[in-house]
Amino acid sequence: MSTIKLYPPKPEKVYFFGTCLVDLFYPDAGMAGIQLLEREGIEVIFPQDQTCCGQPAYTSGYHDQAREVAAAQLKLFPEDYLIVLPSGSCAGMMREHYPELFAGQPEEELAKNVASRVYELTEFLLHVCHIQLEDKGEPIKVAMHTSCSARREMGLGEVGPALLNKMANVELVEQARVKECCGFGGAFSVRHPEISEAMVTDKVEAIDATGADAMITSDCGCMMNITGAAEHMNKDFNGEHIASFLWRRCNES
Amino acid sequence: MSARDAILNRLRHRRDGALTAPVSDFAVVTEKQWNETEKLDLFQQKIESVHAEVHRVSKENWLEKLKELLAEKQVKNLLTPMQAQVGVDTRAALKEDDVELLAYDQPIEGWKAELFSNVDASITDVRSAIAETGSLVLWPDLDQPRLMTLVPPIHFAVVDADQLKNTFHEVIVSEGWVSEGMPTNALLISGPSKTADIEQTLAYGVHGPKELVVLVRQ
Amino acid sequence: MSHNQVVQEFHPRVHEAITNPQIRANFRKAMDGLMDKRQLAFPSDDELQRTRELAAAIRLRALSKLPELLEKLEANLTANGVKVHWAETGDEACKIILDICNEKNAKSVIKGKSMVSEEMELNHYLEEHGIEALESDLGEYIVQLAEETPSHIIMPAIHKNTDQISDLMHEKTGTNKSRDVEYLTAEARQQLRERFEKADVGVSGVNFAVAETGTLCLVENEGNGRLTTTVPPVHIAVTGIEKVVENLEDVAPLLSLLTRSATGQHITTYFNMISSPRKEGELDGPEEVHLVLVDSGRSNIYQDDELLDTLRCIRCGACMNHCPVYTRIGGHAYGYTYPGPIGKILMPHLAGLDDAKDLPSASSLCGACGEVCPVKIPIPKLLVRLREESVAGDHNHDNSVVKGRGAKRKGMEPLIWKGWAKMHKHGGLYRTGTGLATVFRGLVPSNLGAWTNCRTAPKLAKTTLHQQMKARSQNNAASQKKDGGDQ
Repeated sequence: MSTIKLYPPKPEKVYFFGTCLVDLFYPDAGMAGIQLLEREGIEVIFPQDQTCCGQPAYTSGYHDQAREVAAAQLKLFPEDYLIVLPSGSCAGMMREHYPELFAGQPEEELAKNVASRVYELTEFLLHVCHIQLEDKGEPIKVAMHTSCSARREMGLGEVGPALLNKMANVELVEQARVKECCGFGGAFSVRHPEISEAMVTDKVEAIDATGADAMITSDCGCMMNITGAAEHMNKDFNGEHIASFLWRRCNES
Repeated sequence: MSARDAILNRLRHRRDGALTAPVSDFAVVTEKQWNETEKLDLFQQKIESVHAEVHRVSKENWLEKLKELLAEKQVKNLLTPMQAQVGVDTRAALKEDDVELLAYDQPIEGWKAELFSNVDASITDVRSAIAETGSLVLWPDLDQPRLMTLVPPIHFAVVDADQLKNTFHEVIVSEGWVSEGMPTNALLISGPSKTADIEQTLAYGVHGPKELVVLVRQ
Repeated sequence: MSHNQVVQEFHPRVHEAITNPQIRANFRKAMDGLMDKRQLAFPSDDELQRTRELAAAIRLRALSKLPELLEKLEANLTANGVKVHWAETGDEACKIILDICNEKNAKSVIKGKSMVSEEMELNHYLEEHGIEALESDLGEYIVQLAEETPSHIIMPAIHKNTDQISDLMHEKTGTNKSRDVEYLTAEARQQLRERFEKADVGVSGVNFAVAETGTLCLVENEGNGRLTTTVPPVHIAVTGIEKVVENLEDVAPLLSLLTRSATGQHITTYFNMISSPRKEGELDGPEEVHLVLVDSGRSNIYQDDELLDTLRCIRCGACMNHCPVYTRIGGHAYGYTYPGPIGKILMPHLAGLDDAKDLPSASSLCGACGEVCPVKIPIPKLLVRLREESVAGDHNHDNSVVKGRGAKRKGMEPLIWKGWAKMHKHGGLYRTGTGLATVFRGLVPSNLGAWTNCRTAPKLAKTTLHQQMKARSQNNAASQKKDGGDQ
């Protein structure tokens, strides 16, 4: 991204949108994200009526349904607090696509307003909180996979690695073709399984070739895809959401 | 309704209404400017990077260098312009030489087979040259026709250092191409003919010259 | 699609390509090389981004005045002595070209590279009518010898390696088997030179058509484009109506981005600008020049503000070079003239969504295409739009111009999404549903069809984040109450 994003000062309160994938499969990543924010002295508000950003329907072309679900989410953030998501993909949906989805609709202004308050967790920790991280973990070698939405839609390609580089005992290695998609793409992975399989197989091989002990990512779709394939291929590395990874290592004793 | 009218009609009556033209800011193009030395260095670097051979020569001794190169490349005959000064000087200098001097003095239909099979090299001047991309600018005419720079396996081009422009954009604007009116054919040449169509491997002289030799006169 | 295109199903073609190690290796190697070269051609990101802004503006400006510019182009070309023809469809364009050939009693056509001519299957058409059409671009020549179609819009024979090409040339033209690319190239030069000498008509494409001056611009490295447009007595250029630009100066930045984006070259060997047939006294060049302007669905795309961006394309191929899907399956698997991301957003218009139904979904929406597009076409956004069109998923687009809208709206899918929406727009329903899912998490099968062919099944969490946060706030409330009670 060539545009420089201006970040606000650290606020007292934020909304947390956990995302449906985190909610159902990786709640620990969500909880770790919340705890990292709280450790920064921020009060985290978790609206219980939140469900899904609407992206699955949106990228499948069912925009009427995406709009219905997204409209319900728009009502969850009545105060002007910033909204933090532990996912570049869902943050990208809310920040980039909500204004398009609601263009010409009654919710247009609200959608723009919500979109303008959306931040992905890692960028929020790095650029808004200026987080300090004290690594208490054992030395470990990791590879970072930044999701395509985080990298290209949100312009956050440097953020995850910057956070990992703050960890004293973490050695960050870079896999070949680091910017290439892992082949998840939501419904793409089941609609075009052979292509998706070829992509994720290459991604797993590339990560494995670095000798990393773990693959760290900030998006649970990629994580489910890459770690699922790695497990299927009997590879040695684990996958972990960056929030869980940072929280765990800063609190190990 | 003719196809023409039907197409134009659809374009004119756009469903989503008339479009407005955004502003085109050419600054990113026009701000590219170098001094004379930089221009020459850049030109040479760029055109050499695409396999052209560059020789810096003086206005006085360039014909000596040309003779040397013709001998080195074992050129038996050379197609030269009849009116352009480069051609006049070349013909005078090579009069006593072993190189046979050829002229493109009849329509292509009359000597297609000969041009395609029996001409070793050609020499032309250029209209200008471009530093940014290492390009020669030519407006072929009856004295230096289009195929002269294309069919023979070696093309010698004579460029004066003061003909160098910064960019293609500058060439178009500063030479007033639009107001002057475009010729039948205008041409940029940057290196010899090449292809990478076989497994991305570069090969030269696929259809046009295998060698482009540029003599820059300072 | 025109008459003879055999459109097979997408998935079998993908399967064939993806399980062919030769195809995988050839494309991976080529695309890696092309990505590296492009990267090196743009040392300054600032220059790249500002030039992209300019190029996008130039293309949008041209489109914003498209009918006027086409008329101006026609007027200026006509004044220069070039004959301009208009064709609503590819078949009409083929017919126009055939008529010109017949009028000249032409039997042999030599061709420079033209994707529009591929789109309208000109070679096939001419051959059906007794006229031989020979491709002269080396890659196109190879593809023609193999009786195939191009697998890439810039590098037509990129799916073949040297051995395969050597075998092909040996079999079809009698050259020696050799891995020496210089030798193979020199042989092709010789074979084609003979044909250039004898050709009655040259057919080329157009990269930019300049309205202001009536100039047809051609970008190439080999010189076959120059030969095609200079040696035969008749030159016919054929192009889509969207290729027009307003001013001559507009071509400078477009050319610069085109060559750098396509192959990482700072410029191609030749940039050929043709404004008229041979003039009185000139010694070469065609006596007649024709331009055939082809619509073939483009004026339909033009109607829609969002889809319009598709027409900005300058055919550099960078989107396919950077596409992880194209890299895996190659160009032929798409089954259409234009493969890769640009093909996925263009072919549904040219062929209709009912025909090209699998193209828009065959993308992970990774965005690499949009990131490198020199004219900033928002390709991922257009893919999503076409997915919406294919399932008629947005009632706001019910009067859409897209052919075959709703072609994929069938079976259970619309109902499933309606159910999904119902559950996800009510927080309570959602929490009940997800809560139940976690309770019965042991029942999730380990075989999830396509997903588990190459992955283990994901495991539902014991408790959702919603449940954990609810428990947490209840605990907090309880302890606050307790704290309060203690005071």
